[in-house]
Amino acid sequence: MLGRMLSALFVAIVLVMPARAELTIQISEGVEGSLPIAVVPFGFEGRGAAPADIAAIVAADLRRSGRFQPLPREDMVGEPHEAQQVNFQSWRAVGTDNVVVGKLRALADGSYQVQFQLLDALRGKQLAGYSIPSRPDQLRQTAHQISDIIYETLTGQRGAFDTFIAYVVATGKGTDKATHRLAVADADGYGEQTILESTQPVMSPAWAPDGKRLAYVSFNKGRPAVYVQNVVTQEVRVVAEYPGLNNAPAWSPDGKRLALTLSKDGNPEIYVVDMATLRLQRITRHYAIDTEPAWAADGRELFFTSDRGGSPQIYRVRLDASGAATRPQRLTFEGRYNARASVSPDGKHIAVVHGADGKYRIAVQELNTGILRVLTDARLDESPSFAPNGAMIIYATEENGRGVLAAVSIDGRSHQRLSLQSGDVREPAWSPFKRL
Amino acid sequence: MERRIQWVLIVVFVLGLAACAAPPPKEDAGAAADAGAAAGVDQGADQRQGADLGTGFQGHPLDDPASPLSKRVFYFELDSSQLSEEDREIINAHAKYLAEHPEVNVVIEGHADERGSREYNMALGERRALTVRQLILVQGVGQQQIQYISFGEERPVALGHDDSAWGLNRRAELLYSGY
Repeated sequence: MLGRMLSALFVAIVLVMPARAELTIQISEGVEGSLPIAVVPFGFEGRGAAPADIAAIVAADLRRSGRFQPLPREDMVGEPHEAQQVNFQSWRAVGTDNVVVGKLRALADGSYQVQFQLLDALRGKQLAGYSIPSRPDQLRQTAHQISDIIYETLTGQRGAFDTFIAYVVATGKGTDKATHRLAVADADGYGEQTILESTQPVMSPAWAPDGKRLAYVSFNKGRPAVYVQNVVTQEVRVVAEYPGLNNAPAWSPDGKRLALTLSKDGNPEIYVVDMATLRLQRITRHYAIDTEPAWAADGRELFFTSDRGGSPQIYRVRLDASGAATRPQRLTFEGRYNARASVSPDGKHIAVVHGADGKYRIAVQELNTGILRVLTDARLDESPSFAPNGAMIIYATEENGRGVLAAVSIDGRSHQRLSLQSGDVREPAWSPFKRL
Repeated sequence: MERRIQWVLIVVFVLGLAACAAPPPKEDAGAAADAGAAAGVDQGADQRQGADLGTGFQGHPLDDPASPLSKRVFYFELDSSQLSEEDREIINAHAKYLAEHPEVNVVIEGHADERGSREYNMALGERRALTVRQLILVQGVGQQQIQYISFGEERPVALGHDDSAWGLNRRAELLYSGY
């Protein structure tokens, strides 16, 4: 047991690095009480070497969640590829509760069939078994889908491995070669694709509920404007280009409205834009800073940051049927600084940037009780974003003078770092679940 | 009249550029003597020379290091948009200059340090820019002379992650066109 815990601590998984800069994931803290599982290397039926190590991708996913402790390959007792070949007793003997076996079959048309079984080693029975068609360029995605099935079967909660993250990478900061890149990658950091590159600041990416469009702020015309870009077709639309701030876009849960910050009337206020007509509805009226709107899960409330009480804190308004807002109610009271609320998918929590004692960290506040828990322990943490299943929060932090992404489980027990090889990575936004 | 001022400004600007482009040639006493000889001046007559008594600053007031107008960056405390008394006086001098020169335009940039959230810092940078703008406007400067923009924490001048860097990044900058 001790050996297993030690191996879970400070384990760095650095998978084969392709030519393009990729995010690598480093698990900085293990979790006591996570489920032991063996993901046995998949068999390959085809010519040459297997095109992907499905089992390695699945094991890395499960480990990243903080809920599982995959058995190291050198500790495995045999290499079965189907249930009939599994000697449950020998897997139980090495402390494994669950075993995943499978194989990858190359078909004549160049596609693949990926077959896997999730087995309960204690009871000696199958919990799940699937055969998934795949293509050469989809094998990582198929592996993430397998991780999702395993995660949901064993935890009862939907998996969020087959999702994306969007983020901004800044390079050459402070020089005349500064670039800002808006990128999208798989949730494990692989398969990065640049969707926008600019010499001017790019910020605040926000996924539409359809998982295909991103709203963001770009200074490409010298001033901030809010754009919506279809990630697949590259089609771009200007949503707000008023004098002053055009910032902090946030999609309503139905995808029909965008809340944002405009200062065209003199100082920053929250507005809601109807995406069909681009008509504006003003939400806040106060001489203080009002910014960083976030929608409640039911789309009938807006959270935002305001310093109307003297320092930045989170407030909430309710919207009536016409979209008009009630009087703002203050929600955060602990600490001098609470800003940039991100709402959990179940609507029960908000994650915030919590400033106290000169440190800015990620905290989660339960909305019912008002209880605030600090989840991170650095000093420059920002931009929290919930995974679509609510189990993890991805955020930006600083490490050795560089911006990196990190993730923490909602209970604060599992931590991991994601870092690019160069540049400052910031403002992660976790995508919604893929739509089938 | 206004046109003349513009021309003077352009000439001063071009001279300034030329001065920047190449170091000024050293005074060549031999060449001056040759020139005198060529003009047929009697070498034995009295040699009169002017003494340099200094003429004060001859360039544009925005270039004069002794002028309050040379200070165009103003710093702020954490999460504050309050200007120091000294900076208010300097900004008043800028306002006076702008009121006297309605043809001169200025952009006010507001910035924040990296701490806290990016979008809140964007708003904070704008508030800093607006504080400077308001001070200038009350001196009777035309609104059309002043543009303002916030870059939040996106354009730091100091790249460190400590108090000294943060102090330099919490700022408003006055950018005169051409300067």
